[in-house]
Amino acid sequence: MYVYDEYDRQILNERVAQFRHQTDRALAGELAEDEFLPLRLQNGLYVQRLAPMLRIAIPYGMLRANQLRRLARISRDYDKGYAHFTTRQNVQFNWPAVADVPDILAELAEVEMHANQTSGNCIRNTTTDQFAGVQTEELTDPRPYCELIRQWSTYHPEFAFLPRKFKIAVNASEGTDRAAVQVHDIGLELVNNEAGEFGFRVYVGGGLGRTPVVGPVIREFLPELDLLTYLEAILRVYNRYGRRDNKFKARIKILVKAMTPDVFAEKVEAEWAHIKDSPTRLTREAVDNVKRFFTEPDYQSLDDNPDGLQTQRAESKAFDSWVKRNVSKHKKPGYCIATLTLKKTGVPPGDVSDRQLEQLADLTEQYSFGELRVTHQQNVVLADVRQDQLFELWQTMRPMGFATANLGTLTDIICCPGGDYCALANAKSIPVAEAIQTRFDDMDYVYDLGDIDLNISGCMNACGHHHVGNIGVLGVDKKGQEFYQISLGGSSQRDASLGKILGPSFAREDMPQVIEKIIDVFVDNRTEEETFLDTYRRIGIDPFKERVYA
Amino acid sequence: MPDLIRHDGVHDDEWTLVSAPEEGQELALPEGPALLPATVWKENRDRYAGRNDIGIWFDSHEEPEAFADVLDDLPVIAVNFPKFTDGRGYSIGRLLRERYGYKGELRAVGDVLLDQLFYMKRCGFDAYALRPDKDISQAEHCLNFFSNTYQAAVDDKEPLFRRRAAETS
Ligand code: HEM
Ligand code: SF4
Repeated sequence: MYVYDEYDRQILNERVAQFRHQTDRALAGELAEDEFLPLRLQNGLYVQRLAPMLRIAIPYGMLRANQLRRLARISRDYDKGYAHFTTRQNVQFNWPAVADVPDILAELAEVEMHANQTSGNCIRNTTTDQFAGVQTEELTDPRPYCELIRQWSTYHPEFAFLPRKFKIAVNASEGTDRAAVQVHDIGLELVNNEAGEFGFRVYVGGGLGRTPVVGPVIREFLPELDLLTYLEAILRVYNRYGRRDNKFKARIKILVKAMTPDVFAEKVEAEWAHIKDSPTRLTREAVDNVKRFFTEPDYQSLDDNPDGLQTQRAESKAFDSWVKRNVSKHKKPGYCIATLTLKKTGVPPGDVSDRQLEQLADLTEQYSFGELRVTHQQNVVLADVRQDQLFELWQTMRPMGFATANLGTLTDIICCPGGDYCALANAKSIPVAEAIQTRFDDMDYVYDLGDIDLNISGCMNACGHHHVGNIGVLGVDKKGQEFYQISLGGSSQRDASLGKILGPSFAREDMPQVIEKIIDVFVDNRTEEETFLDTYRRIGIDPFKERVYA
Repeated sequence: MPDLIRHDGVHDDEWTLVSAPEEGQELALPEGPALLPATVWKENRDRYAGRNDIGIWFDSHEEPEAFADVLDDLPVIAVNFPKFTDGRGYSIGRLLRERYGYKGELRAVGDVLLDQLFYMKRCGFDAYALRPDKDISQAEHCLNFFSNTYQAAVDDKEPLFRRRAAETS
């Protein structure tokens, strides 16, 4: 994991001092509210329905034990004792006081954390695959490139006041995409060209929200060292020509659509030609220097499938189910990747208490080299667990609420905070997630259904990624009443697609039943090997419509 | 005279910013040094070129590309920030300095607030007409919030990754 040097520390401390100066002036009335707004957003501070909300960056989703403990302390001292992991690999606090935020940022800086650019019309936290560096099929570890992008985008003087927020995601696996790169403003995919050189396939103009778009490719191969200059060219074209007259048309996806991807790509190439060889071009040393921080931990030499594990799985059905669902293959023999879902029924997806944050810190130290990753599905990952310690880990964390064996299933719901916390919501989303989880409490049945993404957003801003859920649920407002619209067939995977709206929306109390009918259609129609998405793609939306609106 | 911040301190500003004339109206040139709308200047280039008391100003949607070959004729260029959240002026600043090699004074005018000064400086501005209701005594502090930066810009051509590499080799 990246470790700060004197430069990083100094820059961050100066940022904290700067924000303190800004907050003081805002509280003293020297900065008008609209003048303070973009400054506080760029420091993670929203003003929300019930209280301010502070969003803290977790660059590429990585956290160390001491950082988890610091988050726990902050949630206790400045908040109500819990935090919320988000779909952007960040963490949010829902109740801090504005005047305390400079102190919170100072506390974060002590453990190399911050709230930089977690909001506002600037380049946001870069996200990536939560299995980066430990899985079997990636071309190379994407995190060093994310770190280089972090440094380049942090307080970028030219791009701090863009037309709209800007999100970059990086993926490095040929077969899978855990970073949803095609629905980001820029999606980068590490690829090899025919000559065997590393580089990036560049997608631009994807995104969700009110106008969902799967981003087109604007360059099939960008050489590795050209990464930052090319990003700079894209951002410059966007900064100059993106729409500023209408907030709803300001995202880069609208510009790419209006120009057409080909013309947009030409504009970027023309801009890039000028700056391609500028000092911003990466050097081999710079890349190698950052790669140093993402080397392997001190793995033991072990064998896969130790005898003990077989016995433990045979003896405990609950453990076996958890291993089947939540444990993934690791590139090192004898190790595995364990995903702890934060989706226990009755707990808002992604929520953790201060005590749980500390428990997670302990778990990482005991079982995973003191590090943890956050996923965009609002779960957390211990990436380097010894297979012979897996049972012990499972037993230890069961009472903590981390052993729910539902990863990737219907009850592993992605869900935004919705009307319970968010001022923009049309409807609540957390109670809908809970009602669905409660309805589908027979785990054997849920396992039999296989992989299904069910995503819920409380309004069309799509923080819960409903467009790319196999089943998407969107809160809508009808004459002051909360209703829910369903879409089917979305995917954030390599075969990214946007869900199609099923039809008229439903009242909240009907939701579990509606989902049940949708699932019934799947069960009646599927072939043995099919996932929900496969069946949907084969039979289309009509059979679902017929059953649900019968 | 309104105040103008330069990197060596606060100065009286002798330059008058001239707005674009209404349809059918002639441009009224004021006494003393003047900043003309860029398009007006270009239409009358023969009349104004080479005068050291006439400069131009761009609005944020205007394109400096069209002025690439005449920049040597201009002692001062101002870029208008119609609203401090309109970030196009930063790109214009960098293009003028880095691509077109403009050497004269580059000013930020319009909705220029304290907390944007540092970014403006990095993008090549060296003079700032702070919005008059803001506390000019804080300008120097705000121009220098950071003693180091990650990325290359006009004020520092070497991104931090290159400086780090130079230190370790
Ligand atoms: C509670 C405070 C929040 C507010 C006020 C808020 C606001 C917004 C707004 C206005 C948008 C639409 C932006 C646009 O399309 O230009 C948006 C999109 C989004 N937000 Fe949130 N959000 C909040 C919380 C969250 C949380 C908790 C998450 C993660 C669970 C999240 C993740 C996202 C994502 C992934 C998008 C979609 C971006 C895209 O278009 O690709 N937000 N949010
Ligand atoms: S989707 Fe809407 S309700 Fe949900 S967090 Fe985003 S803005 Fe709020």
